[in-house]
Amino acid sequence: MASKGCSLRYLALIGALAGMVVASAGATAGVNKPMLERGKGERCVEDTDFMRRNHMVLLKHHRDDTLRRGIRTTKHSLKGCVDCHASSKTGSVASSKEDFCMACHVYTGVKLDCWDCHATKPMKLYRPAAASHSTPLTVQQQGGLQP
Amino acid sequence: MSEPNLNPDSSDRRAFLKASAVATGTALAPGVLLYGIAQARAPEEPASDKVRWGMIIDTTKCADGCNDCVTACNTENGLSGKTGPQDSQWIRKLNIRHLKTGVEISLPMMCQHCEHPPCVDVCPTGASMKRADGIVLVDRHICIGCRYCMMACPYKARSFVHEPLTDQNPEVPRGKGCVESCTFCVHKVDRGENTTACVEACNAAGHQAMLFGDLNDPDSAIAKAMKTYATTEVRADLRLNTGVRYQGI
Repeated sequence: MASKGCSLRYLALIGALAGMVVASAGATAGVNKPMLERGKGERCVEDTDFMRRNHMVLLKHHRDDTLRRGIRTTKHSLKGCVDCHASSKTGSVASSKEDFCMACHVYTGVKLDCWDCHATKPMKLYRPAAASHSTPLTVQQQGGLQP
Repeated sequence: MSEPNLNPDSSDRRAFLKASAVATGTALAPGVLLYGIAQARAPEEPASDKVRWGMIIDTTKCADGCNDCVTACNTENGLSGKTGPQDSQWIRKLNIRHLKTGVEISLPMMCQHCEHPPCVDVCPTGASMKRADGIVLVDRHICIGCRYCMMACPYKARSFVHEPLTDQNPEVPRGKGCVESCTFCVHKVDRGENTTACVEACNAAGHQAMLFGDLNDPDSAIAKAMKTYATTEVRADLRLNTGVRYQGI
């Protein structure tokens, strides 16, 4: 009797686990991969695969160089990201869930603090007259990037 | 017959100019020349301690009731312009009166960009910092908003951002939970404009009461003015060696 009860309990456990697996597989299938709008220009400042994994490292390095040492190269600057990747609909990289930064960050559930302080829109939308100051990405300024 | 040489030393002069151009201009890359320190830095070149940015404010030319420097600062840096206890003010106009003589003076007060800044001394995280060229800044990435620096500053120059902000100037990131103050328009300085919004506004208004420049460059207007006129630091007794100096107080 005892062994029969035990095997029944195992069966119930296996059934429950199978149910969970099916449920989670269904949930994964139900979430769409983020759809990203293509940025301006031919290509990004680094390979796309590299940027997906390491953009935060580049940005963190560049922010310290810029703020503490006054180095103002545009290749890895956050402003450069915004200039190319601002959405054609909202003009921003983070004002809607479909915008460039938010699409992946919502999908992965990683909170972003950048936009608490930094502008999500390019200079030409903030102050059109001063847009020439915002140094749009050019081949020369990116230090040897081939077009 | 060859054309007479009216200026016998012209060839020597040309050679001299060529030689000096080579000596002062260094080629960084084809087409990119880096001139002496008074010129704009290349974007990849860090700020140098050979430069010390400073300002002289002539209070005798500063008009009572004129607020142009404050307005220009607010516009440039995206400040609201409100003056409540929780609003950011990077530059304020003050009217002071000498108790004995009765003389009244109007002057702008902002971060004095000290050589020995008390705000940097007290900062527990290293967020409050002085750049090599003497500009005192807050690194908002590591500022925890403790406001020790606001307590330490003898000039009441720093503000704390209490509320979330939107629509910041892309060149001047600001946000809730951080302390901030005058940056000497560091984004303009790094672009090589070598001026600040307040100075531009003061000149545009025709007062010419503010002068910005490199204190270490003997040829700069500010260094010459400092050598010519007596200028004073506010709270000179603290021996902070401020970058902002006043005339006529």
